[in-house]
Amino acid sequence: MKTKMKMPALLSGKYRGRTVSYSIVLVSWLILEVMMHTGNLSSLFTSLLVPVCCYVVAAIGLNLNVGISGELNLGQACFMSVGAFTAVCLSGSLGPAVPSLARLILSIVAGALVATVFGILIGIPVLKLEGDYLAIVTLAFGQIVKSLITNMYFGIDSNGFHFSFVDNNVSLAAGGKMLLNGPMGATGTDRISTFTAGIILIILSLIVVYHLIYSRSGRAIMAARDNRIAAESVGIAIFKTKMLAFGVSSCLAGAAGALYGLNYSTLVPAKFDFNTSILLLVYVVLGGLGNMTGTIIATIVLVLLPELLRSMQDYRMLIYAIVLILIMLLTNNETIRVWGQKLKNRFMTKGGAAHGRES
Amino acid sequence: MEENRKPVLQVSELGIDFGGLSAVNGLNMEVYEGEIVGLIGPNGAGKTTVFNMLTKVYQPTRGTIFFDGVDTAKKTVVDMNHAGVARTFQNIRLFGGLSVIDNVKTGFHGRITYSPLSAVLRLPVYRAKEREIEERSRELLEVFGLTEEADQLASNLPYGAQRRLEIARALATEPRLLLLDEPAAGMNPQETEELMAMIRLVRDRFHTSILLIEHDMKLVMGICERITVLNYGMMLAQGTPEEIQANPEVIKAYLGD
Repeated sequence: MKTKMKMPALLSGKYRGRTVSYSIVLVSWLILEVMMHTGNLSSLFTSLLVPVCCYVVAAIGLNLNVGISGELNLGQACFMSVGAFTAVCLSGSLGPAVPSLARLILSIVAGALVATVFGILIGIPVLKLEGDYLAIVTLAFGQIVKSLITNMYFGIDSNGFHFSFVDNNVSLAAGGKMLLNGPMGATGTDRISTFTAGIILIILSLIVVYHLIYSRSGRAIMAARDNRIAAESVGIAIFKTKMLAFGVSSCLAGAAGALYGLNYSTLVPAKFDFNTSILLLVYVVLGGLGNMTGTIIATIVLVLLPELLRSMQDYRMLIYAIVLILIMLLTNNETIRVWGQKLKNRFMTKGGAAHGRES
Repeated sequence: MEENRKPVLQVSELGIDFGGLSAVNGLNMEVYEGEIVGLIGPNGAGKTTVFNMLTKVYQPTRGTIFFDGVDTAKKTVVDMNHAGVARTFQNIRLFGGLSVIDNVKTGFHGRITYSPLSAVLRLPVYRAKEREIEERSRELLEVFGLTEEADQLASNLPYGAQRRLEIARALATEPRLLLLDEPAAGMNPQETEELMAMIRLVRDRFHTSILLIEHDMKLVMGICERITVLNYGMMLAQGTPEEIQANPEVIKAYLGD
């Protein structure tokens, strides 16, 4: 008896992951918007909405780099930093004369573009390396960028822009404004980021990444990851392919950073240090390499967790660590995986019969 | 050789040194259009090294390789593939994390192209080209009897099927010359029999010349029109299967004194 019931295209095969990802984002957006407007969301939670979106976007980008392209990148935060400070400077230069929505869009685009340029410049030496070496060099570049921005002074007045790496009293004419103040970072930024902008950014980055993965370029990126020699033998230029993934990844990090920077009135360069890069990597690894849905969930949970545990004071980082270890065990332990697979199979055979796959 | 056939590959005085060791030396050979040529020799004779030089994985130390009448001295691995050389590997190299059909689709990378931007924006050109890639990949899978396995992970295929998939992927790059590195390794006599039929089919249907390394003498003598024998990196003999089988030097190299 073969009554092959066709699953809706969006839920079958390669589309399932995408549908789930988009649904999670849109449903959480709807619920949170409703909660915000009915006043059911605590101020702590509200303040976390934009940062969560930023981390999700940066993590999706990093997953393209680490999961799909297979290059261990330990400097993702540096691209966020570049995007953030580009956006803050642009938004500050434009000033309140430009409507905030236009300023936000322009700043995010600028942040993404500048971060992409940085990504490509850094990628040229970095992508000639492999494995651990690549990780070390991205780590080093992250530190370099952080140090550069920590020593950067940038101001604007009626005479135009003033810029210095040494002089911490860039002399500004009356009415001038310091946009970057060395280690103190950016101060007095207009907070123009919105949660909706964050959600739109996540959706856009998902579209870019998914469309890229399921295309000629995506196959080439994964082929170069799986077997470099074979990939070259079928005519795939490894460097160009890796650069595409690296560039898109830093572009997304830049956009995320821009949104992040415009969410706070002050932003210090030290925010985007090595720890932030590692945190992003943790989101990606725990969410599953190459698995965008997993990345979104892991990022949301792991950003919110330390905040929700604030009431436990000293114990919160301990619990955070335990949760990390548990997730690692759950996703990587062979015994637990086999057990999970069995459980899944049991459900699947029931489901399979319903789909008429068995005769 | 027949006068009307054009040489696809012309190798002269080819040699490579690794440090002080000369792995291959003074190799001369041609492969003509539509020909099946065998490259044989005892283990360590330098056969795979020759393949690696022909595909530019190694840069030859001496000699020249002309492909389709063009000197390949400055070409890279990727250039060689675009010029029309495709290969399989002795130790199978598939893209294990990709599905069977996606492995074949990667083969079309250099042949059916569109930009990453048109993929991200899902432009009509993306849809048209992707449909073409899909159709032609399905055709190749059908030729190699892999239609049923199209959506499986390549790494989950049984050994023989992996070997067939590797050939399918190589053919997707539309080669003028296909290099097969021990295609029958690990196959039983019946599978080898099927493989021989498949190699002939590949030559006739895809209009490609084939150069193959193989230890299975039944296969080599059965399908190769000409054979080159290597020993210790030197060319030992060259000729038709009959000539090679009767050559005392070859017998000595294989069986010892």
